[in-house]
Amino acid sequence: MMIPSPWRADFPAIAALQRQDQTYLDNAATTQKPQALLDALAHYYANGAANVHRAQHLPGAHATQAFEDSRSKVAQWLNAGDGGQIIFTHGATSALNLLAYGLEHVFQPGDEIVISALEHHANLLPWQQLALRRDLKLVILPLDSDGVIDLHAAAPLIGPKTRLLAVSQLSNVLGAWQPLPELLALAQAQNALTVVDGAQGVVHGRHDVQVLGCDFYVFSSHKLYGPDGLGVLFGRHAALEQLRPWQFGGEMVLDANYQDARFRPAPLGFEAGTPPIASVIGLGATLDYLAGLDRDAVSAHEAALHDYLLKGLEARNGIRLLGKPQLALASFVVEGVHNSDLAHLLTEQGIAVRAGHHCAMPLLKSFELAGAIRVSLALYNDSEDLERFFEALDQALELLR
Amino acid sequence: MSLPADAALALNAFEQAGSWEQRARLLMQWGDRLPALSDVDKVEANRVHGCESQVWLVGALQDGHWQFAASSDARLIRGLVALLLARVNGLSADELQQVDLPDWFNQLGLSRQLSPSRSNGLNAVLQRMRSLSDV
Repeated sequence: MMIPSPWRADFPAIAALQRQDQTYLDNAATTQKPQALLDALAHYYANGAANVHRAQHLPGAHATQAFEDSRSKVAQWLNAGDGGQIIFTHGATSALNLLAYGLEHVFQPGDEIVISALEHHANLLPWQQLALRRDLKLVILPLDSDGVIDLHAAAPLIGPKTRLLAVSQLSNVLGAWQPLPELLALAQAQNALTVVDGAQGVVHGRHDVQVLGCDFYVFSSHKLYGPDGLGVLFGRHAALEQLRPWQFGGEMVLDANYQDARFRPAPLGFEAGTPPIASVIGLGATLDYLAGLDRDAVSAHEAALHDYLLKGLEARNGIRLLGKPQLALASFVVEGVHNSDLAHLLTEQGIAVRAGHHCAMPLLKSFELAGAIRVSLALYNDSEDLERFFEALDQALELLR
Repeated sequence: MSLPADAALALNAFEQAGSWEQRARLLMQWGDRLPALSDVDKVEANRVHGCESQVWLVGALQDGHWQFAASSDARLIRGLVALLLARVNGLSADELQQVDLPDWFNQLGLSRQLSPSRSNGLNAVLQRMRSLSDV
């Protein structure tokens, strides 16, 4: 059965990689970019770069207009409506750090922050370090055997001392949707703040932050076919009122004296210094491109590819999947084969997959594994990519066994 | 400076390897021939961090000549380490300072194993070897 991608030609890097005999299946790490984005970047730089929100001249006005248009496009993408603001950061990691520093004053010693056992380092370490700074307790929600946060175990762990819940929407290692409505309800019943890490989730399907009802939603542009160096933080108005500025500098200030200053409200108050203007404009172009695709066709394609991937892995001996992946990716180990050896031989054959701990060391340790191989898919992948991967996998295993 | 005998042997074998499969087979053979490291040496203090696999490296000057021993739980990195030891074991401190190890792997057709993005750990092993031999 062939599964061609009708969108493959929209991503020029895929053909370039193919000419270098590379098959790109590391999309959960970062994605290739659509021509629409490349055109937008070239257009911005070729037609007059300017700083935003500070100059009265025409280039500045154009740049600011394009920059703020992108903010509206992101708000539409998440259906933020009038419920909150979109803040641009330098990545999902810096958005989460902004929260962990900007909300620090909300916590008293002994308060609890709840995360889950599957969090990648970006949604673990900022909270862990906040807990250490403020003498808080970091509570870890356990997973069930399918790699989903265990709701029965979670219920008693989210209690009156819980000040904040921060969980991933979709695991970057296990490829499973997490039960956000239930978890958010548990946290909201305790008046806790809620943070959703959408780094992986935002790439698959459309998500409505008003329906989700979280206080904060975070994602990074580069995983969503956008430019790198750019993250997005959605915050609900009421929650943003509790967030204090973290980084200080140009344009976030309302009034400055030598000894004191007052700061702007969201979003500009959280965007100190010159933002990644070209990347913001580029993300807008990517979202225009994505919004023009047939949403159901993309979902069906991704589901068919994922099914093809799982069937191919299951057809081979000795392969153990991590959890029960539902979409987007699959992580696995092979009995009696070191993942580093397998990664080495896949690399030799031009297969770009991820090996190692996937920036989620505690999760891998809980499986008693030092690492795993992860194959992750994007809308431009097709069944031939997976066939090349399977051939390379068979060759590698033949050599290693 | 002439090549140690083991290194000359390795160079000859790898120069004749035309495909990635042949190089991989050779690497695994060299890894299999690496003398086992005793369990007392497989301790945290001898672990080389920065590798996807567990790698241990010990080294000592004996009568003015360096003798290193190493092991790994992954086969290909064990092979790479064996090729490293073939090149450096028996060298004097001065000779070890002078040997161009990236060039050695280049001659073997394995230079890509040293690219900065590779996390197999060969770079980390080279660094550890340098810090062991600097004292």
